[in-house]
Amino acid sequence: MSAARRVALGAWEFVVGDDWRAAIGVAVALGLTALVATTDVAAWWIMPLAVLAILALSLRRAIREVSRRG
Amino acid sequence: MSGADLGLALSVFFACTVEAVEALTIVLAVGSTRSWRSAISGVGAALLVLAAIVVALGPAITSLPIDLLRLLVGGLLLIFGLQWLRKAILRSAGVKAKHDELASYQQERDAALAAGRARPGFDGYSFSVAFKGVLLEGLEVAFIVLTFGANQHRVPLAAAAAGLAVLVVVAAGFAAAAPLARVPENALKFGVGVMLSSFGIFWGAEGAGAHWPGGDAALLAIIPGLALVSIAMSRAVRRAVALASDEPAPASGEAAAEPASAGV
Repeated sequence: MSAARRVALGAWEFVVGDDWRAAIGVAVALGLTALVATTDVAAWWIMPLAVLAILALSLRRAIREVSRRG
Repeated sequence: MSGADLGLALSVFFACTVEAVEALTIVLAVGSTRSWRSAISGVGAALLVLAAIVVALGPAITSLPIDLLRLLVGGLLLIFGLQWLRKAILRSAGVKAKHDELASYQQERDAALAAGRARPGFDGYSFSVAFKGVLLEGLEVAFIVLTFGANQHRVPLAAAAAGLAVLVVVAAGFAAAAPLARVPENALKFGVGVMLSSFGIFWGAEGAGAHWPGGDAALLAIIPGLALVSIAMSRAVRRAVALASDEPAPASGEAAAEPASAGV
């Protein structure tokens, strides 16, 4: 593995950690907020709701993984 | 000092406390078994590297346009904060093993003894283990100092809070002459996760163009709101794990108080 690849993997692991879906969820929620903010509709409520959903789903995945392992 | 500054200082202080406790365990183990002088040199070198990272990247990050800075910092803080929060909840529910400072200390001591006798004078093993330990634990703090501090243009305040936490932990560690096993690491991680995620929600939404009702005062609703929901999630995870393993769930009062006592 090249040094650049190791650094990139290390940075990914450092910032994103073991649940990449949560990071994708945050990016999608921010994108949706930006989209709604360009309209007349209030956009502030999207992030709090999205974060609760992301956290709940992330925890559910972790529990399922533990249950699968027995 | 504004409320946001206080939030910044407290978040950095507690995040740094957690990481400094873990780094102290490594330094104490290697210093007491091999060479104090070399271990402390490793600590000094790692702190210099961390300071250089903050000094080099701080001005570059603060020079970004404010909306882009808030969007980037908000997103990164949120991703990072959710990691801390998720792990703290899973640890408190017993899904992930809690960090055990005494076990880590013994493990580091065994490894240091197995590496052979320390050379007189400079001991490369002590230096490199202490250097790596402090650098790796400190990178998370440097990341928080840079993102959190840059967004409020208060990197010096964030760095001062981190420095104060290091001093407090080092003083406590040397006074106790042992790993700080009684520091409630998981409860601190839970609190830091809530703070980072809350500020991430706030800045991320602002950076994306949203306007919060009440402006900065919205944080006064976001922080306790997220904390309460996270405590409720912690209880739900505990119950789900107990059901999955056919064990009785803990009493509701015990579960509600759990994040505050987790890791003690």
